[in-house]
Amino acid sequence: MNGYDANALEAALRLKEQLGGKVTVVSLGPDAARDTLKRAIAMGADAAIQVNDPALNEADSTTTARALAAAIKSIGHVDLVLSGRQASDTDGGQVHLGIAQHLGLPAVSPIQKIDEASADSVTAERIVEDGYQRLKIRLPALLGVSSEMNEPRYPPLKGIMAAGRAQIPVLTAADLGLREPSPKVQLRRLYVETREAKVELIQADSLEEAGKVLADKLREARLV
Amino acid sequence: MPGVLLIAVAVGDQPSPTTAELAGEAVRLSIDLGGPVTALLAGKNVQPLAASLGGLGVDKVLVADSQAPTPPSPAWLLSAAEQAARQSSPAAILLTHGGGGRDLGPSLAYRLDTGIVTDATALRVENGELIITKPVFGGSAIAEFSVTTTPSVVTLRPRAFEAPESPAAREASIEAISTTETEGAIEVLEEVREQATSGPRLKDAKVIVSGGRGLGGPENWHYIDELAQVLGAAVGATRAVTDAGWVAPTLQVGLTGATVAPDLYITVGISGAVQHIAGISGARNVVAINRDGDANIFKYARFGVVGDWKQIVPAFTQRLKELRG
Repeated sequence: MNGYDANALEAALRLKEQLGGKVTVVSLGPDAARDTLKRAIAMGADAAIQVNDPALNEADSTTTARALAAAIKSIGHVDLVLSGRQASDTDGGQVHLGIAQHLGLPAVSPIQKIDEASADSVTAERIVEDGYQRLKIRLPALLGVSSEMNEPRYPPLKGIMAAGRAQIPVLTAADLGLREPSPKVQLRRLYVETREAKVELIQADSLEEAGKVLADKLREARLV
Repeated sequence: MPGVLLIAVAVGDQPSPTTAELAGEAVRLSIDLGGPVTALLAGKNVQPLAASLGGLGVDKVLVADSQAPTPPSPAWLLSAAEQAARQSSPAAILLTHGGGGRDLGPSLAYRLDTGIVTDATALRVENGELIITKPVFGGSAIAEFSVTTTPSVVTLRPRAFEAPESPAAREASIEAISTTETEGAIEVLEEVREQATSGPRLKDAKVIVSGGRGLGGPENWHYIDELAQVLGAAVGATRAVTDAGWVAPTLQVGLTGATVAPDLYITVGISGAVQHIAGISGARNVVAINRDGDANIFKYARFGVVGDWKQIVPAFTQRLKELRG
């Protein structure tokens, strides 16, 4: 499970412990997604839905968002959608914002802390460039969760047993009424920039002297 | 009508520092793409700032002044940006990848049902088409994208683009837009700005001094602070250092920390792990001080000294102090 997603699930489980309700976990992808969903149930989620379709294997963030939004709609009424703030590998940070647009929900991200939660609103802290905003968000809404929020729990043995028994429904693109995805962004070229070592190593009689020479070099290059 | 729209969000009573970079790039692109450069200026009490955008080469300023008693919410900014986009129908929309732009860009693109590329480091026009360059895979490769729908939405990495060289004498036309979205779904209760410990902010800094685990321990961190102070530089750190609690997590530079693009990046006791390098690919000149001459950081450095930093750094700092008098 992607690290930020684990934080989002942990946040959901804590809200459930505080307020009640039901936690459903939704994921898109083949077998790895299924393992992730099993782990989510082991941690304490009540239900899981897997979206899996060969047509979606190469899905970009737009298509992924549309598919996940459709799966969430299939649950019925949802008070709060929690997601990791971004994928920890690609650092895209777009899918959850797309889900919110498709569901017509306000999106707030990245969230570092939930101060208060009730059945109809959440007060949370959103990270901004040099600090944070404290926001009152009326539900339903979507929150993108950051790693500062919590420490995800380990699945208890009881949970692992439950995950083993759990039935996880699989939805296809057709089930969700998804049209053929049309990518909006095209990769034109991918290359590796070759980097030749061109460092100028400062040599001097002593390291102290080298430190001085380095300062002089930076001055010469008008960098200081 | 083609052209370029830039989204300038005011921070407090100033346009955000990246606005000039957005404007500089928008003006350059508009030469090849054709059409005017329009800026959305969104925030609270921003009307007085509108005229200053003309000096950046902007033809038209759309002003969205929030009337709410509280600071503008992300939902309000999105609504203002959407309206500006629909009104100006540009070929490209530029936002900063810093701060709130990270969320605003993708949300706007989804609302307009168009494609977005985030964290771009270079843009160019080829046969009338916008080509967007960005580092991928933690900075180890470069990718070029185009957006197949209109407009192309792009968020620009802060400090990767140049502000206009000389102020334009242009006078921008100014028009107010009223935002339609009902307030209330999200309410900003307060904004808490965390004071930088001292010196400039990491992301905007022209000079940064960064320390790594090679420093040995938090008791040696004052060497970094002193060097930074002499240079008027911001202070950065590797993840190893912030995870160990020597300094605040906000100082972390790298894949999971800040992405920086200073003119001068001085590293002390940093080996140059790929995760750290990912955050400094925009640095124009890197200086490496490290005991291990084979350390990866030297591949990225313009100047380097191999040896014990404890002997090098005090003399280096002292000499800089003399030079800067």
